[in-house]
Amino acid sequence: MSTIVSAGSTARTERPAPPSTARRAALGRIAADTINVMSRELRPVWHEPASVLFAMVQPLVFLGLFAPLLPDSHGSALQWFVPGIVAMTCLMGASFTGAGLMDEMVTGSHERMLVSPLSRSSLLLGRAFKETVPMLMQTAIILAVATPFSFDLHPVGVLVGVAMLALFSIGVASMSYALGLASDGQPWLFWTVQQTVIFPLLLLAGVLLPLDGGPGWLRWLSDLNPLKYVVQAVRELFAGSWHADVIAQGFAGGLVIAALGLWIGVRGMQRS
Amino acid sequence: MNTTDPVIVTEALTRTFTSRKQTVEAVRGLDLEIRRGELVALLGPNGAGKSTTLRMLTTLLAPTSGGARVAGFDVVDAQAAVRGAIGYVGQGNGAGHQQHGRDELVSQGRAHGLSRRDARARADELIADLGLASVSDRKVATLSGGQRRRLDIAMGLVHRPEVLFLDEPSTGLDPQNRANLQAQVERLHAETGNTIVLTTHYLEEADALAERVVVIDHGRVIADDSAYRLKSGLGDRITLAFADVSGAEVAATRAARLPGADVTRDGSRVVARIAHGNELVGALVHDLHGAGHAPVGIEVARPTLDDVFLELTGRSLREANESPTAQDENDDSREGAAA
Repeated sequence: MSTIVSAGSTARTERPAPPSTARRAALGRIAADTINVMSRELRPVWHEPASVLFAMVQPLVFLGLFAPLLPDSHGSALQWFVPGIVAMTCLMGASFTGAGLMDEMVTGSHERMLVSPLSRSSLLLGRAFKETVPMLMQTAIILAVATPFSFDLHPVGVLVGVAMLALFSIGVASMSYALGLASDGQPWLFWTVQQTVIFPLLLLAGVLLPLDGGPGWLRWLSDLNPLKYVVQAVRELFAGSWHADVIAQGFAGGLVIAALGLWIGVRGMQRS
Repeated sequence: MNTTDPVIVTEALTRTFTSRKQTVEAVRGLDLEIRRGELVALLGPNGAGKSTTLRMLTTLLAPTSGGARVAGFDVVDAQAAVRGAIGYVGQGNGAGHQQHGRDELVSQGRAHGLSRRDARARADELIADLGLASVSDRKVATLSGGQRRRLDIAMGLVHRPEVLFLDEPSTGLDPQNRANLQAQVERLHAETGNTIVLTTHYLEEADALAERVVVIDHGRVIADDSAYRLKSGLGDRITLAFADVSGAEVAATRAARLPGADVTRDGSRVVARIAHGNELVGALVHDLHGAGHAPVGIEVARPTLDDVFLELTGRSLREANESPTAQDENDDSREGAAA
């Protein structure tokens, strides 16, 4: 075995090692592979930073044309509305991202990566973690747009809220990649599922309008939506208030999405 | 390093696909041994099972039964080791269309465990070697087909693989780029001495490039030899045209006396297939001239691999490529991706 690998090849050699060392080496490799995949995914973002605006078109339209219709009954409407728009942007951006993988499946680079020694999990993890970067850029843009108006910026709360949204983005992005893999080069399938899921999820999270006055069945459905808890907590945090239970619920919602997404995504990638 | 030990061995390698409750045997019990340093072409029409074979050898697809070892590693039990030892240039583009070529080369090198510095140096080397200097810092989507193909090959070579697999490397290229690509592959093989396995349905390509041609049809190997020997078994085709039928009749009789000749006459034309026909045609024409039946037209065609395929299967390769089995391979690759 070793003679073959050493024959002018730079391939990773496999040597027997104690189980604990072997496990650490395997984890180290997954980490290195994940960083490799993530930095590769980020390159197009650095080359064309304006590309992050694509996922923001709809949220910005809502911010400009829908927010002014909201009554300023509980203080500033913008203060209430902006966190929802940030969450909407995360959801949009992260759920689009599987389309990029589908392009790579069609053009061939995904296949090339499958034949490389990169571990299957890192192919998913690197992509999912990458999603936090455009999400941060988008959030910064929205806050920069909203702050001159009747929106108060509470930096510490924003940072914690963004961390919560990052978990949410990672989970949604993973599911989007799993959907891309499952759609197997049929874009209509991907977009049909994505569009079908996204708007009910947004409306049932109380992103556009408060759910308090809604009928019981609607509130019951929204209680099942992890995004609702994320949006509630982000509203608190962006407003600079720190209700421990709301924040804990928000992180729980984010974690549920992240864990579920990564599980589905890694499984999907390992099967490809 | 022993240059004669096999670097690829398959044993009864089999892959079936089930689509719409129909089982299609894409590869049926393939036994193949490829030695270190060989340049082998798997030749066959669309749907013959070439790509399915390659996908099994590169760990993209699990065999239904049977097995294979590549570079000493089992393609099912030691996938990671196989992936580390091989280079793969698929039918698509290895470099992402939204990426820059140089970045992709570095990232591929890192994936194969090179240090950052080594990966950069190797990328520079390949960029210079494959003439990509002017385009390596551009978005891959903006490159021409030929440039992208050269980049794909560079991607497959980053880690100096022991075995390089090329899946229909010249499909979709214009003739000039195809010739260019063949020259690159030949040069690589000459310089590195590495094993190269490519699939093709272009006879000219298999003929020009490969030392060894494995002809595959309906998932089975139907011939396996050098292109020269495959063809020389068939003999040259001599076509003689005469001003009248009687001349052709005389010619047919005389040509039939040549050992091993297979002669057919169609009106005033005679077609004879004879081993070493190119050497015998002079004497034959001289003889006919002496008999008062000088031919008005002479054509000597060396056999092509298409003739070989026709002889082996009763179909010409061009026909086979257009036949309905071409549909199978499309189905195969889609299911292969889903599996």
